[in-house]
Parts: sequence; C-alpha cells; structure tokens
Amino acid sequence: MKKLIIAGKEFQSRLFLGTGKFGSSKQMEDAVLASGSELVTVALKRIDTSKVLKTFEVYDDILKHLAHPHIKLLPNTSGARNAKEAVFAAQLSREALETNWLKLEIHPDPKYLMPDPIETLKATEELTKLGFVVLPYIHADPVLCKRLEDAGAAVVMPLGSPIGSNKGLKTIDFLEIIIEQSKIPVIIDAGIGAPSDAAKAMELGADAVLVNTAIAVAGNPIEMARAFKMAVEAGRMAYKAKPGTIKQIAEASSPLTAFLY
Amino acid sequence: MTFKEIYDLQSWDEVKKSICDKSSHDVETALSSNRRTPEDFKAMISPAAAPYLEQMAQLSHQLTQKRFGKTIQLYVPMYLSNECNNICTYCGFSLDNKIKRKTLTTDEILREITEIKKHGFNHILLVTGEAKQRVNVDYFIKAIEIIKPYFANISIEVQPLEQNEYEELQHSGIYAVLVYQETYHKEKYKEYHPRGKKSDFYYRLETPDRIGNAGMHKIGLGVLLGLEDWRTDSFFCALHLDYLQKKYWQTKYSISFPRIRPIEVAKNGNISKVFKTFEVSVTDKELAQLICAYRLFNEDVELSISTRESEKFRNNIIKLGVTSMSAGSKTNPGGYAVEPESLEQFEISDERNANQIAKLISSINYEPVWKDWDKSFL
Repeated sequence: MKKLIIAGKEFQSRLFLGTGKFGSSKQMEDAVLASGSELVTVALKRIDTSKVLKTFEVYDDILKHLAHPHIKLLPNTSGARNAKEAVFAAQLSREALETNWLKLEIHPDPKYLMPDPIETLKATEELTKLGFVVLPYIHADPVLCKRLEDAGAAVVMPLGSPIGSNKGLKTIDFLEIIIEQSKIPVIIDAGIGAPSDAAKAMELGADAVLVNTAIAVAGNPIEMARAFKMAVEAGRMAYKAKPGTIKQIAEASSPLTAFLY
Repeated sequence: MTFKEIYDLQSWDEVKKSICDKSSHDVETALSSNRRTPEDFKAMISPAAAPYLEQMAQLSHQLTQKRFGKTIQLYVPMYLSNECNNICTYCGFSLDNKIKRKTLTTDEILREITEIKKHGFNHILLVTGEAKQRVNVDYFIKAIEIIKPYFANISIEVQPLEQNEYEELQHSGIYAVLVYQETYHKEKYKEYHPRGKKSDFYYRLETPDRIGNAGMHKIGLGVLLGLEDWRTDSFFCALHLDYLQKKYWQTKYSISFPRIRPIEVAKNGNISKVFKTFEVSVTDKELAQLICAYRLFNEDVELSISTRESEKFRNNIIKLGVTSMSAGSKTNPGGYAVEPESLEQFEISDERNANQIAKLISSINYEPVWKDWDKSFL
C-alpha cells in the first residue's frame, strides 16, 4: 500500500485542515481532532511572533489549541502579495514556529484570492534553496505543476474552485492531468465544499485534500470534520480498489460491423 | 476614466429619484442574482427593499461567514491630535470650536499605548484633525516609529495627503488609510466644509486614487450618515468602491458607517452638549439594510462598526455582515491615559471595554480576532 510521504514524513490521514474562520479556537481544536488530521495550516498573520507583543496579555491562542503530538503545523503566507514578501514571511515563520515546512500562498488579488503563478514559482525556487519544504497553493495548471516540481516543491496544491467558494471540483479536467503527470504528491486545496467533493478528489487519485471553510462554517463543525474524515478514507479506498470504468458507449442492438465477422 | 469623470456624469437628483423608483420586482431581481451590479445595489438600499430586510440579512449572514468565517476583528482608535484648520459644522474639533487643542508628544503616545495594550489590542487606528504645520507626515512617521513595536497592524485616518506622502507612510509601516468623503453631494459638501483645505471637494474625492497609486494594502471608505440622503450618498460610495476595486485590484477595501453623533461645543468658554439636528437621520433598520446591501453587492469588502452605535445595535449587527469592530474607544487625544477628561470629537454610544466586547462576540459563537496581519508583509 502506497503511504503518503511528504519530505520524509509519513501521514496516516490524507485530510489536511485549515484553521481559520472557526467560531472559537476550542471549536477549531475539536474539529481538527475529530478529523484525524495530522497536518494543519495556520496563517502566520494570525500568530503573535513578536517578543514585545508577548509581554502583554495575548488573547489569540491558536497555537495552544494545536499542541498535540500527532499534529504537524504548516504555517502559511496568506497576506503576501509577491515572492519577496512571501520569502520574508517564510523566514520569520521558520524562526518563530521552528519548522521549515511552508504552505506558500501568494495572492495579490484580495478579492478572489487567486494565486499568482509567476510569483509562486519564483518564491518556490528561492525557498527550496533556503532549505524550506514548500507546499505551493496554485491554480489547477498542469504546466505550472511540472515547473514547481522541477523547482523542488514538496507537493503541489492545485485548487478545485475559488477559495472559500464551496463549489467543489470545477477544475476536474485539469486536476486529472495534474494527477496523471505528477511525480510529487498532489493535494487538492480550496473550493472543496462537501464530503462528496473530497471523496471525488480522492477517487481521482489525489494524494490528499485540504479543507477549511466547509468545516469551519458548517452548522456543526465537529460532525462535519468527522464526515470529511470518512469521505476521504472512502474515496482513497475506492481509488485503491480500482473502480470499474464507466461505459462510454452503449452496446448497440444492431451492430454496424457485424458484416466483417 | 477617472472617478471624477464618472462622478461628473451622474446627477444627484436623478440617482436619488432612480433609487426611490425601484420596485419590489427590482429588489427580487437583485436578491436572486449571483453577481450584483450598482443598479442592484440601488434596489437593495431603496425603500422598496425594506420588506425584504430579513431575507437580505440571511443572505448577508451566509455570504459573510463563507468569506470571513465566524470571526470579528477588533481594533482601537487612538487620537493623536485635535488641532484642526478646517471648519466642519458637525465636528467637535472644528476650528471655530474654541476648545483646548492638544497634540500628543512622544512620551504621551507611549503612555497611551501602554494603557491600550493592557486591553489586548493588536490593530490600531491613528486619528488626527488637519493641522499641517504641526501634524504632518514627519509627525506621523515619528508616531509610527513609537507605535510599531507594539501593534501588528496600524491604520490612519488623517487629512488627505499626496501620493508620495502615502508612499512614505506605507514604507514606515502603515497598512491602511481611511478617508471618508463625508458626503458626495458637492454643494452640500461645501456648506458643511466652508473653510480650510477640506473645503476642496474634488481633492478629497480623488484621495483614494492617490492612496491606491501609492500601493497601500487597504483603503477605507464611507460617508457620514446624516449629512444628506443616505441612500444617494451610499450609492456614490458603492460606485467609488467599484471603481477603485477594478483599478487598484491588489488593494483591500473597507466600508464604515459613521452616523452623526452629538458633539460638544464651547460657548463663551463653557462647553455644552448640543444635539445638532441634521437633515436626514438614518434609523437602525435603515442602517442594517445598508450593511446587508453592501455585503450582497460586494462579498469581500470589510464592513466596520464603531462605538458610535448603541450596545443593542452592536450586539445584533455582528451576524448581519460586519467584519470588524472597535471597542472601548476614546475620541479625544490622550483619552486613554494622558488627559481622559479632554473634549471628545464626538460622544461614543457603546462604552463597554474591549474585554466585554470580546465576551459578547464569543457568546454568540464568533471568534474575536485580535491579530490578522503581520509586519513582515510590509
């Protein structure tokens, strides 16, 4: 059985979680635990990294709620508009959180938060040279995925649909090409709105999915996290079981080639 | 096209009439649309939309949660100076109001920050009047240098500046600039601002362009609700937002909804509270309608509510589309520690402190967010 290994680390769970948008840090923690996730991403901008700020009472305590031995933190650069800002933020995050793993997010467009392919490639090249394990968030662009692979990215994280939209796998045709061609793990990130979308992504052969809004904004985030856990497991199991192919052509009752036999 | 050109093509009276003429059919079309236009915005702020308020609130609630999650950002304003060379007939800092003027010194800024930090704030908004001789970019930069180590996110609401000045401020650590047009009614604007640099309507109108060109991360817009017909004014503001967002696509935007508050006026050396009557008041229902309309018009714009609003309104508006709130605000320079008794720019309504507001937010299963930015991005 092929395990999911990223930069030498093995993951049992193929469901990764985002930590934003929850109604409280406690609720976020409960959802993360219910999901069984072992990799959660945290926005660097939400974390107090400055020593000066720490001398005052700090209300934000996301990190405290993620301090479980089986959970690996994946800081992200959300807020960065270009490679330069992202590289700077990455270095700060490595120092503050003591991890060289990084979810690279560069979206110069604050409206739809569309990832910038040019700056993302540039930053990936720089960050891998600096020793980072880079997990770039990008469009479902097969060529860009190969370029990132060449640049040393640990995985690629193409989007299923616009971030936070819950629209599911709108980019499915491109995701299939990416999965087919990729030599590094493919993690479908953004737009996964329901457990069925996650199951579908796994059935396609994605190595993992990253979910945030669909869980955080659900009426019951903890139950929804459980549902996603099961869907990801089911999807992966189905992928491995090799589903029968969908018949594209019906068997004709009056064959056209009968005269040849 | 510049916004001045767009603005000049519009007639206030025609816009006002077209908003009033919107029908329930127009409202329903707007509400069922996926991508709403400025005409849809008109329908949603029209009197015809009043019966649809609950439906708008539900939609706004869903869209806001989808985009921003169950979170409310908290910020605190800090008034650095009440010196002002403008006459604004609705403002406590107006030049013709004979009050004691004050601009905080380095030491006083530090004392204020120390007090503010006790409450947990990480996002701060610096506010001044307009007195360029003393309170200028050099002063701002000095203030920012003092403040920067203590806050993750610094915004300013000061007099309109030149593009190069905004660039300097951005380099020194400013994240956002707030500049409200007050009213988009050109003639009324001149009546409310008879003297001082602020009386130049178009210079103010084109300020967001200078901020955008300077590459600032966020621009805050708004009108002072109560100066003119709020519907027409808000339509122009929405149009301004739409124009800016297309032009400066790398910039974030926020809208504030200041409703006119009572101000203190000095007469013969005595300060007395006066309720100025303004032309058009905005009811709570109308303000809620406006907030929902903005959200349905623009899914990603930040919507901010200050302590001008009452406890009851603030308790309940959180779920209707708002994304940030101030708390425990003082609207006088030195109000937190240095000179708590000095004259305020306006009287706040919700006097609860930051801790109480954070508890309120948590009590409805939202997360109060104190830090959502990092200086490393500047």
